[in-house]
Amino acid sequence: MGSLGQPLLFLVALGFGFGPIYQKAGGGDYIQFLVPGIISMSILFTALFSGIEVIWDRQFGFLKETLVAPVYRSQIMIGRTLGGATVAIIQGLIVLFISFFLGFRLDNLSLLPLAFVFMFLIAFLFTALGTAIASVLEDMQGFQLIMNFLVMPIFFLSGALFPIEGLPNFIKVITSFNPLAYGVDGLRGALTGAAHFSLLTDFSVLGIFVVVLLIIGSYLFSKIQI
Amino acid sequence: MLVYLYMIDVKNLTKRFKDLVAVDNISFSVKEGEIFAFIGPNGAGKTTTIKMLTTLLDPSQGEIRINGYDVKKQEHEARCSFGIVFQDPSLDDELTAYENMELHAMLYKVPRDQIKKRIEDLLSFVELLDRKNHLVKNFSGGMKRRLEIARGFLHSPKILFLDEPTLGLDPQTRSHIWNYIENLNKKEKTTVFFTTHYMEEAEKTADRVAIIDHGKIVAQGSPKELKAQTKTDSLEEAFLALTGRNIREEGPSNKMMRFGHR
Repeated sequence: MGSLGQPLLFLVALGFGFGPIYQKAGGGDYIQFLVPGIISMSILFTALFSGIEVIWDRQFGFLKETLVAPVYRSQIMIGRTLGGATVAIIQGLIVLFISFFLGFRLDNLSLLPLAFVFMFLIAFLFTALGTAIASVLEDMQGFQLIMNFLVMPIFFLSGALFPIEGLPNFIKVITSFNPLAYGVDGLRGALTGAAHFSLLTDFSVLGIFVVVLLIIGSYLFSKIQI
Repeated sequence: MLVYLYMIDVKNLTKRFKDLVAVDNISFSVKEGEIFAFIGPNGAGKTTTIKMLTTLLDPSQGEIRINGYDVKKQEHEARCSFGIVFQDPSLDDELTAYENMELHAMLYKVPRDQIKKRIEDLLSFVELLDRKNHLVKNFSGGMKRRLEIARGFLHSPKILFLDEPTLGLDPQTRSHIWNYIENLNKKEKTTVFFTTHYMEEAEKTADRVAIIDHGKIVAQGSPKELKAQTKTDSLEEAFLALTGRNIREEGPSNKMMRFGHR
């Protein structure tokens, strides 16, 4: 519940704060633009930080129980990732639900399932990343440090808060390597019909990232020593 | 395929942590259906050895075969051959006793239709049945310990590792649990590998004993042989004769585990 506060604050403060300026600049309704970004943000935060459960379980000893079990460690890693992703998606859904009260409107109801697909991909991708990072760390402090270092750049350079089009070229280049940029874009495309890349590009890039991170994550998880 | 006579076969096993040699070139083997006790002072390398045997830690050198499988190359097959009760806690505190058992049953593929009955039988065996729906975080140390042991018995592995299983339990519970283990060993031919600080447990139940000190095995044989070798009347005296009477300092990793225990 506590982790809902931040996205809502962003939504209200930025949505109402920048709304008039955005409109004057000819961008249209800022809430329409912002909501997919904030949904992505809440999924990103929850998903990445869910990796901490690996460290938690390591410190409390429960991780051992799963590591000696006659189940492939890659399966355990994927299971953990799916669990974390589920929580993250629920977060995203709650934010979406609340945003309707702030005036957010869907562009095309039939694309809603596609929006769920993008939410799932974002959640799965960043939970896998969080779990992979947590697999090589032993303490919470280190994890927090790396997360704080990662999460803000990923968020700010994703086009969640402002359009990518108008950005200077070098930032555009950095953005094009940021998986969240494709997540935000895909979600925005599905929810409001305005995408910067094509939805197919978004889907493919996210899909590739998910597979690569799952492979790396499973490898790192299977190498955990206690 | 070669038929392996030994359920646990360890050759020249060494584990180094930076400049500390925790386990120093040990070799031993345990036959099928044998009860093998691994005893030694604090910090001697018992838990490190068990971690390597159960694929939690990579050896620096040497070879380990569990049920014939090389733990380095066939770790999954090795994992399918054993069950373990850890020395330090490994329960999920946020789950109930029943849920912890159920999760274990699923991980170890206990047939679905038997899960409920097995869990309830074992929980009643360790006298936790009336607490089955309570969260583990509210359990006392002894209750957690009993739950861990019950969980270890949930499936029927070929090899059962027990790392100081009865630590902190009262004598009634200890004897109760050892009876169960001996019974399991007789009925299902389960190979048992355990560590303990209670010498009378080792003397009473173990077919063979290895004494480890400073990472090296200083003696191994049946309790009788060890007593004869040191000309003593009990395993405890034999143990003291072999390892000296100095009190040991625990390694840092051990201390951390103890800390987590509280």
